[in-house]
Amino acid sequence: MSVEAREARQPWILLSPALTAVGLLLFVPLIFIVVYSFWLRTASGADQVGFFLDNWQEALTDRFYRDILISTLRIAAITTLVCALMGYPAAYFIARSRGNKAILLLMLMLPFWISYIIRTMSWINILGVSGALNTFLMWTGLVSEPIQMLYNEPTVILGLVHFLLPFMILNVYVSLDGIDMTLEEAATSLGANRWEAFLQVTLPLSLPGLAAGGLLCFVLGAGTYITPLVLGGPSDAMFANLVFEAIITQLNWPLGSALSLMLLAVLGLLVAIYNRYLGMAQLMKGLG
Amino acid sequence: MTDKMDTTTRLERLRERYMNGDLDRRGFLGLIGAAGLAYGVQTPFARHALAANVSQVRFDGWGGVVSEAFRKYAFDPYTKQTGIEVVDGTFGGGDEYLSRVKASPTGEYNIAHLSGVFDYARYHNLGLSSELNEANIPNLKYVIPKLVDVFRAVTDGKLSCVPYDYGTTGIAYNRKHVSDDEMKEKGAKILIDERLKDKISGWGDWRTRIWFGALQTDQDPNNATDMDAVWDAIRQHRDLSLKYWGSGAELMSLLAEEEIYVTEGWSGRIYALQEQGHDIGYMDPPNGYGWQECLFVIKGSPMEPCEELLNFMLAPETSIAVAEGQNYPPALDPQKVDLGKKIPTLPAFDPTGKLAGLTFADPGYWNGHEAEWSKTFGRVQKGY
Repeated sequence: MSVEAREARQPWILLSPALTAVGLLLFVPLIFIVVYSFWLRTASGADQVGFFLDNWQEALTDRFYRDILISTLRIAAITTLVCALMGYPAAYFIARSRGNKAILLLMLMLPFWISYIIRTMSWINILGVSGALNTFLMWTGLVSEPIQMLYNEPTVILGLVHFLLPFMILNVYVSLDGIDMTLEEAATSLGANRWEAFLQVTLPLSLPGLAAGGLLCFVLGAGTYITPLVLGGPSDAMFANLVFEAIITQLNWPLGSALSLMLLAVLGLLVAIYNRYLGMAQLMKGLG
Repeated sequence: MTDKMDTTTRLERLRERYMNGDLDRRGFLGLIGAAGLAYGVQTPFARHALAANVSQVRFDGWGGVVSEAFRKYAFDPYTKQTGIEVVDGTFGGGDEYLSRVKASPTGEYNIAHLSGVFDYARYHNLGLSSELNEANIPNLKYVIPKLVDVFRAVTDGKLSCVPYDYGTTGIAYNRKHVSDDEMKEKGAKILIDERLKDKISGWGDWRTRIWFGALQTDQDPNNATDMDAVWDAIRQHRDLSLKYWGSGAELMSLLAEEEIYVTEGWSGRIYALQEQGHDIGYMDPPNGYGWQECLFVIKGSPMEPCEELLNFMLAPETSIAVAEGQNYPPALDPQKVDLGKKIPTLPAFDPTGKLAGLTFADPGYWNGHEAEWSKTFGRVQKGY
């Protein structure tokens, strides 16, 4: 075997364990889900094996699913925007700080050490009728009756922001950290003030990080079901809740499979658009 | 004696030790790898071995004090007598558990603490029922006959389970804001009272919502003729509700924290709140929702060991200890067994053993509409 052929084979040999794992744990289950989506649930709850388009027809034509999908994308978009607005200054502060950067990054990672569900439920103790905020407001005399703050769409968004903000900050931070600071200094030496230097130099150069953080926040936000379940009101459901209900409550695995593939396709399309215009390299940097 | 636990619990404990710093990373990963390897290698062979010579039986229930009582009064004595270990698993709800059973090979799950006759019928319709040899369960003679008969009716006179406890889903209310007199006057309609907007809640379960919707529209919950009116009542309740609760713990938290003043509630959970000193009233409206739980043996399980375990679980000392722990009366007939002091004080308890005052869900009626109603409720719940 020639040296070139051996060298060409080496990456594949090294990658084979990872590729096997991805194949077995991602693609094979995905194929099962695709196959399931063409089966039918019978009245008794058993699945009828075959090739039926009923689930797909229902998922694609029923207004109910479309409306919830649009609502899910809207909530994910608002969450992403709030994360960007809150995350950018925090990331900028960390990137530009001297000496205590490691401590700040550690503090950013701290929430990941606590279960996501516990973090979500903690808002009940903060915003509840007898929670910390209401107790404080009543103690100060600002309100005489507790304010109902929980179980609505804003609290769902709040819970999502709490969950996703670190992802945004990390991505923006990685991007900002890679920018040569002398570029800003050069801009100011050429007559720009600090704000103009930021707007014309730093912000454009950090946009790939912002976009990568935005993509992560959006995809993770659109796929969540715990947050609306814990912090939402009766009508605050997201698309993943429909998948959960179809599979667990209604035991309709075929319809649940079609719905989950539909969500996967929509989010996959967004990732593909991102990759087309910005490439996945920035995302990898942020995740790394 | 060491408690037996399932693989998930074992791995969770391992992870906890690692997170607490009691185990280094290399040790943690090594143990995880070894466990995975051992499980992967032994499982196919172990399953054959189990079929030939039963060494363990798996039981799945609701966890908490109930599991502790089962462990102390039934599982450990059973293991001591038979040498068969009981692997104790838990689930969060019947629907979730059914999905797990459906996705597992036959024989993986053996006995489950299921809710409602409709769950029993659902498992039967999915081909998951077994056939118990009642001669191996002598303690079945202590059980209230009415509770046994409804199961027999589903499985052609045979049994795939033994009844275990019963209770009601009634209305719980905060006495500071809703008086006993108001409850008597309004009954189930208190849940659609405009005065209590955003202080109302309810279980996000389609059967419960439809049952109470039927009561609110003065219909028979087991034979509602005007479903449009029922759906309208459910919508009205939804619009007045702060949120739907999804678990007993959430129900108790919402009431205890005074996030809500009125909701349906499970009798045992409300009793627990009352025991804790909360001024919460509980009322079963006329035609209130009665239900029973059973210990169901899943098809493909080793029958004789399972039957013997059921007999241990039905023994009066076990049943009474579990009932006192979970605050639901046991299925034992009070005319045949002395149930002690606490059980007669529990909500829904019937000293006659006839259960004439409770209305149970008709499994044929409810399961016949399950596909349509569960789906419709999913939409109504989300504002449609």
